[in-house]
Amino acid sequence: MYGYNGKILRVNLTDRSIKVEALDEAKARKYIGGRGLGTRMMMDEVDPSVDALSPANKLMIVTGPLTGTATPTGGRYMAVTKSPLTGTIASSNSGGYFGAELKFAGWDAIILEGKASAPVYMNVVDDTVELLDAAPLWGKALSETTDALEAAHGAKARILAIGPAGERLSLLAAIMNDRWRAAGRSGVGAVMGSKNLKAIVVKGSGKVAVADEAALKDAFAVCMRKIKDNGVTGTGLPTYGTAVLVNIINENGVFPTNNFQEAVFDKAEDISGEALAEKYLKKKDPCFRCPIACGRYCEVDDVKGGGPEYETIWAFGGDCGVSSLGEIIKANYWCNEYGLDTISAGATLAAAMELYQRGLVKKADFGDGPALEFGNADSIVEWTKRMGRVEGFGAKLAQGSYRLCESYGVPELSMTVKKQELPAYDPRGIMGHGVQYATSNRGGCHVRGYMISPEILGLPEKLDRLETAGKPGWAKVFQDFTAAIDSVGLCLFTSFAMGADDYAALYNAVCGGGITGADFVTAGERIWNLEKRYNLAAGIGPDQDTLPPRLLEEPVPAGPSKGLVHPLAKMLPEYYSLRGWDAKGVPTEAKLKALGL
Amino acid sequence: MKVEARLFATLREGRGKVLGIELPEGATVADLAARLTIGRKDIAILLVGGRDAALDKPLSDGDVVSIFPPVGGG
Repeated sequence: MYGYNGKILRVNLTDRSIKVEALDEAKARKYIGGRGLGTRMMMDEVDPSVDALSPANKLMIVTGPLTGTATPTGGRYMAVTKSPLTGTIASSNSGGYFGAELKFAGWDAIILEGKASAPVYMNVVDDTVELLDAAPLWGKALSETTDALEAAHGAKARILAIGPAGERLSLLAAIMNDRWRAAGRSGVGAVMGSKNLKAIVVKGSGKVAVADEAALKDAFAVCMRKIKDNGVTGTGLPTYGTAVLVNIINENGVFPTNNFQEAVFDKAEDISGEALAEKYLKKKDPCFRCPIACGRYCEVDDVKGGGPEYETIWAFGGDCGVSSLGEIIKANYWCNEYGLDTISAGATLAAAMELYQRGLVKKADFGDGPALEFGNADSIVEWTKRMGRVEGFGAKLAQGSYRLCESYGVPELSMTVKKQELPAYDPRGIMGHGVQYATSNRGGCHVRGYMISPEILGLPEKLDRLETAGKPGWAKVFQDFTAAIDSVGLCLFTSFAMGADDYAALYNAVCGGGITGADFVTAGERIWNLEKRYNLAAGIGPDQDTLPPRLLEEPVPAGPSKGLVHPLAKMLPEYYSLRGWDAKGVPTEAKLKALGL
Repeated sequence: MKVEARLFATLREGRGKVLGIELPEGATVADLAARLTIGRKDIAILLVGGRDAALDKPLSDGDVVSIFPPVGGG
């Protein structure tokens, strides 16, 4: 096979068996790889009604056919499992270097089953795979874990690991790789922790076979030119990283502030990408084969490392009313060290702050910790640490904002969709993005269909963010296209510059075969429908295709989006209809058949 | 009339962050951009009062104009 290695590593942690299986080529072609192939394998192997933190759930680390190849950003992998946070299918994407190394070691995917009787880690050197004692690593943060594993297995080893948050089953736990890269969302780190698996170490000496080197060279050149010529991927992201969005989103009046109570943060400039570049940025920190290099490396006081990203700055900044960029960088650092999703962690602190503001959480609940009140910069750092260690009130925070607010009888104060925290864009002023939030198959998420691109940034064309007409169709296409990109092994950011035909050209050159851009998007639609089927079987029905009541009922109080709510009920029927689903939001037999499902 | 120009990212270089600009009545966003020597290709996002605007939009006293070069996503 080309592109694919043709081999899957299946590890049962309960009986410590290690098996090599052939990749089902037909399945791989149909679902591409990564998110799509992982979802297919979950559907085939894991009952959707399973308890996500039980040994019956499986965790799949799945690469794409372009992972590890000479394609722009070709280094991504997906962690696919059933989410303990949302109860939906989860697939969390990460960059860095781990995914490519896994391909070099000869594998397309690792399927992790069961539960080890005591903490273990996995060491993969090409075909040699062993499970080793992780007792000395258990409880250790990411730096210490990575340092110890590099000392044992060499500095060239690529390391994926969980921190204490994952070990202690925080529903906000991420799977980390290459120190501070994160498969961040949906609690995938807790699933790894529930299996008593601390880390995976990989070293590979092979290379990915390419069907047509000359065609790849040509397609690569075309894509690189587009990436370099595009203002976002060629100039904006390399210069400022994602944080440049702080001012853009705030100027549009859609920057959620104080747990979405407001949509303009008057101190946005203090936490902007411009301020980050001026005060704290030390260098860029690119992923494998990435010509964009949006990754940041920052230092403040005794803290240094990767990030922070825009979403992180928003979550700990505007959403918590905090204007100290230094403290936000520290909160980001502790998320990386303890293995927490920065979006859900910051947004959960914001929800706790609103509970305190309303007198539902009392000062005594904080014990000897600082009060979680909007604007308190010290509190975000201290409570991120305690959330990551899952201790005291931090243990409540570690379950996420939905369960936190529910425990106080006010789940509606949790700014979540399907129990997962919404990211950094207030949909009351971005109509298409609201549809995409409500219908996302993994709950509150911006990267399941980044409607900010047309509605705010103007790519591939500028849409009026307040217009509802046509937006359900845009959201659908963005969702389908994204599902395919997430499956092929490239970074979603390439789509600011590249179109479906470009991905098809790269795929054809690497894998052989003649797919068109339309085929590529259709594969994405197939994957989207398969995810939906998994969710329905898991009991996550269309009644959960909604937004928090605040965003549907409470008008934005001030700023450029003043007076707006999200008109979701007006837009959903068109979305379902365009998807070929019934009026209730369930895929029809005809649609599933047409997609080969 | 006087308008407030808010500049971001690379457009701040040599110009500043927030500028109060006097313009003749009837001036448009394009006139403001010309005054600030910002070329059209350097304008990716253009807002007046936080709402999308075109270069030929006439300005009013007190308007806030936000101008961004091609920037990022997240």
